[in-house]
Amino acid sequence: MTGPRNPSDIDHPSSADQKLPSHLSARTAGQGIPDEGSLERSDPGDEAASPTAETSNQVCGGAVVDATGLKTKELSDRLRDLMLAGTGRMIVKNACGQRYIGTRLYRPGQASLQIEIFGTPGNDLGAFLSGHRILVHGNVQDGVGNTMDRGEIVVEGRAGDVLGMSMRGGRIFVRDGVGYRTALHMKEYLDQKPVVVIGGTAQDFLGEYMAGGIVLVLDLGNRGHQSNFIGTGMHGGAIFLRGSVNLTQLGKEVEISAPGEEDHALLENLIHEFLIRFPELAARQEELQKSQFVKLTPVSKRPYGKMYAY
Amino acid sequence: MTRRTRRRLIEKEICSCSIFGAMNRSGERFGGGGVIEAIANMHVRGNGLGGGFAAYGIYPHYRDYYAFHLMFTGTSESVKRSSKAEFDAFLHQGFQVVHDEEIPCDDSVWVRDPPLAWRYFVLPDPKGEDAKLSEEDYIVDKVMWVNTRIDNAYIFSSGKDMGVFKGVGFPEEIGRYFMLDREYRGNIWTAHGRFPTNTQAWWGGAHPFGLLDWTVVHNGEISSYGTNRRYLEMYGYKCTLQTDTEVITYAVDLLMRRQRLPIELVARILSPPIWNAIDRMGEKERSIARTLRMVYGPLLMNGPFTIIIAHHGEMIGLTDRVRLRPLTAAARGDMMYLSSEEAPIRLISPQLDEVWTPNGGEPVVGQIRC
Amino acid sequence: MKSFIPPEFQVYRDEDRCDQCRGCERQCSFGVHSYDQDRDSIISDESKCAGCQRCVIFCPMDALTIRPSPSSYRPNSSWTREKMDDLKKQAETGGVILTGCGSDKPFRIYWDHMVLNASQVTNPSIDPLREPMELRTFLGPKPDFLKISGEGKDVAIETEIGPNVVVEAPILFSAMSYGAISYQAFKSLAMAACDFGTFFNTGEGGLPKELRSDYGRCAVVQVASGRYGIDAEYLNCAAAVEIKVGQGAKPGIGGHLPAEKVSSLVAETRMIPEGTDAISPAPHHDIYSIEDLSMLIYALKEATNYEKPISVKIAAVHNFAAIASGIVRAGADIIAIDGLRGGTGAAPKTIRDNVGIPIELAISSVDRRLRDEGIRNSCSLLAAGGIRCSGDVIKAIALGADGVYIGTAALIAMGCTLCQKCYTGRCNWGICTQDPRLAGRINPHIASRRLTNLLRAWSAEIKEMLGGMGINAIESLRGNRDHLRGVGLYEWELDVLGIKGAGE
Repeated sequence: MTGPRNPSDIDHPSSADQKLPSHLSARTAGQGIPDEGSLERSDPGDEAASPTAETSNQVCGGAVVDATGLKTKELSDRLRDLMLAGTGRMIVKNACGQRYIGTRLYRPGQASLQIEIFGTPGNDLGAFLSGHRILVHGNVQDGVGNTMDRGEIVVEGRAGDVLGMSMRGGRIFVRDGVGYRTALHMKEYLDQKPVVVIGGTAQDFLGEYMAGGIVLVLDLGNRGHQSNFIGTGMHGGAIFLRGSVNLTQLGKEVEISAPGEEDHALLENLIHEFLIRFPELAARQEELQKSQFVKLTPVSKRPYGKMYAY
Repeated sequence: MTRRTRRRLIEKEICSCSIFGAMNRSGERFGGGGVIEAIANMHVRGNGLGGGFAAYGIYPHYRDYYAFHLMFTGTSESVKRSSKAEFDAFLHQGFQVVHDEEIPCDDSVWVRDPPLAWRYFVLPDPKGEDAKLSEEDYIVDKVMWVNTRIDNAYIFSSGKDMGVFKGVGFPEEIGRYFMLDREYRGNIWTAHGRFPTNTQAWWGGAHPFGLLDWTVVHNGEISSYGTNRRYLEMYGYKCTLQTDTEVITYAVDLLMRRQRLPIELVARILSPPIWNAIDRMGEKERSIARTLRMVYGPLLMNGPFTIIIAHHGEMIGLTDRVRLRPLTAAARGDMMYLSSEEAPIRLISPQLDEVWTPNGGEPVVGQIRC
Repeated sequence: MKSFIPPEFQVYRDEDRCDQCRGCERQCSFGVHSYDQDRDSIISDESKCAGCQRCVIFCPMDALTIRPSPSSYRPNSSWTREKMDDLKKQAETGGVILTGCGSDKPFRIYWDHMVLNASQVTNPSIDPLREPMELRTFLGPKPDFLKISGEGKDVAIETEIGPNVVVEAPILFSAMSYGAISYQAFKSLAMAACDFGTFFNTGEGGLPKELRSDYGRCAVVQVASGRYGIDAEYLNCAAAVEIKVGQGAKPGIGGHLPAEKVSSLVAETRMIPEGTDAISPAPHHDIYSIEDLSMLIYALKEATNYEKPISVKIAAVHNFAAIASGIVRAGADIIAIDGLRGGTGAAPKTIRDNVGIPIELAISSVDRRLRDEGIRNSCSLLAAGGIRCSGDVIKAIALGADGVYIGTAALIAMGCTLCQKCYTGRCNWGICTQDPRLAGRINPHIASRRLTNLLRAWSAEIKEMLGGMGINAIESLRGNRDHLRGVGLYEWELDVLGIKGAGE
């Protein structure tokens, strides 16, 4: 391949080869058959190993739904049925492009659900999410946590564009890199303060229009931040970057400073929370705690106050 | 007194879509089943008003002949047959036809108003003034002539050892209708699922759009269409389809085939870096970037787009400069994939060596090793 | 001879507010206001009033109101008041009616009959405040294709590109000569152009020596039929050179700076003796045909070492598209076209109001003609004459212009009220005058800030409109007539403009 690319987005080339938790491995035998040079679909596995939702049963306290061949709405129907039946923990296997997973799981007074996903969920994962916890063993696509209100999304891989757009609360942890326009117009309200922690790096327009909340980018690959237009239009919240950033990469509405004492406590806590979720990275703890960070904050809450003639 | 020319009132087509591409970089050929499955995975990105595929290396027995794929449309069988007769007469004047046949179709797959699809394997046989044209320019000239002059006849594929297959329907329907999973093996496949916002759909308007062995599939809408079109018209292109994909294809033909610019520069023409970034470049790079933008500014494709360009031996993915449309690239061994989403890639190749989303304006280029 | 012309304006003075400070008397160069010692009050001679509003704005007590006096003639659609008064003026003087500023006649303003597009759903509009939005424009010739050598890291461009100049927004200041306007106004334009990153145009009155080192880089220097003030340094200190063939306000005729306006510095700048008339002949007497124009273009290229684009400015007249094509083939790098409503410091009224065609139609037909002939890349196109706001600018670009010249708009930014008395040299706003007392009313630091504010505001508005159309670089709008629709136009007008009607 000769095309230029952003190396920071391939922080973990092996992400696809995630080892499944042992209690699930038997049920996902169909996945992971090597597919060398062939485009013929790999054998999805024998029937016994791939239960359909109708035959899904509780495994270690979780209900398994095999998403193979399911359309978006069919998958959401099953997850909602499980919620209404009182299931607290759901495991989605073989997700492949189904959108809005978690979105239809809102019910007033509903306790927080655990949703574990294997495969590649589709766009708008956890859109409007209201308090549940989603764990993805693999990569995710565009629009994760769109307008999310409460809850948590953990991605053991990389994420596509516009992650956390207009998010007002809750937390998103991504082990690897993220695409364009992460945390676009993320905002905070009263005690709701959204948090996004990225293990890799972000592509352009990180924190565009950002109005509140915290974004932390750890650059675990030590590749340096390549993103441009960081915080363009930013008028609230804070972005922390491990390492340094060139001033030309920042939007004109952003100012750069060294984190203060309070910030260090916050960073320490967020790094801790991040590493808990990705124990394979625990060895990096000391290095991360000792690292230099820069803090990006808006110059003004009204960046365009002088824009207009009255 | 000269007659006043009527204003052009043809409406521009607007559509958004899903795109997919797969290639084997060692040149090994594979069937179309996986690509159909992958594009079908993005079913919801289309609306059933257009689907299509391009495949390279599918006609090894006729490798040295131009493969014309024709569609003859019309309200009845006799209309189709009479436009075919008209085309056949035209073809035999300027070409030597070594073989022709109906493109095999699976009639058990329901599709709406299928045209009569026919393929011809030909060698150019230019006469008179035409003999002065290069072979490729001759083909382009005749393709444009047929597509604008012969009613109900449309050449939708005109390269050697490759073919475009497309029509009205979801791409998986079109793929099965043309039996791409059974009949063909190629080393590059691209696919397109269409979501046009105007309801009238015809088979020729589906994507990929092709000229010679160059094909383009495209997602997005180009706001600079008028500027692009009027620039290309100065170079003799006739934009008859009023689609963004058509102007992108002509731009690629002009820059890559006629002016022989390398893809790295073509990418900087279609989606150039912003001036602030150019101003910060080193002397030599800045001079090149600035000159490209000055000279080829009218070919900047402004607005959201992702395209996959293919021709023999090469597949290129490119997004607009601020990446307003998505593109995911992936590789596994010799296989390389480009897609609007990651899931369809995983569907046909769960294990991948690498997956990434290229930066806006940076081409992803896959080449078959010679 | 007793004049039979009634006053054009009425002066209302609120005697309760007026404290007889005599500020109005000092402000008015036309001598409208005077203090009557006997009556201890200010009196006004309305027959002298130009309606320029200077006294109104500067009255510290807000005691003054100037308004057009209603016509007292019997209403007549054919014999309007203006026609009758002009006729009387000629009967009293035997002279050609002079006027200033662009035509005020009600020709159709096509800008106001075209509407722009915006994105809805199928592609996103772009937010100019946060996303990149680029107005940078190169003026000059571009080749039809580039020849490339090498590959990968060693790739190099072999094709030499003709000289281009760059502006940060496609808005330049029109030609206004020192002599026609005051030194202060001229310098204000120069300062603003440099501050903003665009160009001013010297007109045909030369460029004062002391301004060359600071402002030459932002100057388009003109070579007109009078050839005033031209020397090698003048040509080479500038960014570009413009041959003035015609002017929208007075196509086909020359100019005449009367001796009384040729002050010592004007004389020095124009390189003529003080107190002589500065006459610009109607034609260039070395250009009687298109091949002669080519000779002058190449003479100027030689004189500037082929480093500067050469522009040719013509008035938009009936068959000018063919003429423009000839001008491109003659070697021009930029063509500036000045339309019917273009301004002037002095022109015979009958020429101003009766000759030429509107700039909107002109842009469209010249752009189409050059494309049909495959030579549109060889030159840039600047449109002038009646550009009033950012909406006009963006429509001009969509019709096919590379950029626009603004003259009247820039003068209004500095205080001009379009009183049309420029030719008297007694401009109360210090713009169109060589009277040091009047010219001193312009402070170049303040006036240039008014001008840069204007450019900044228009640029912001253009970015908003571009963003709305889903475009983030101005080159993607150039000639993009798909983004325009006509409202209330006849079919032939839509044809000429090359646009669809709204809803089509």
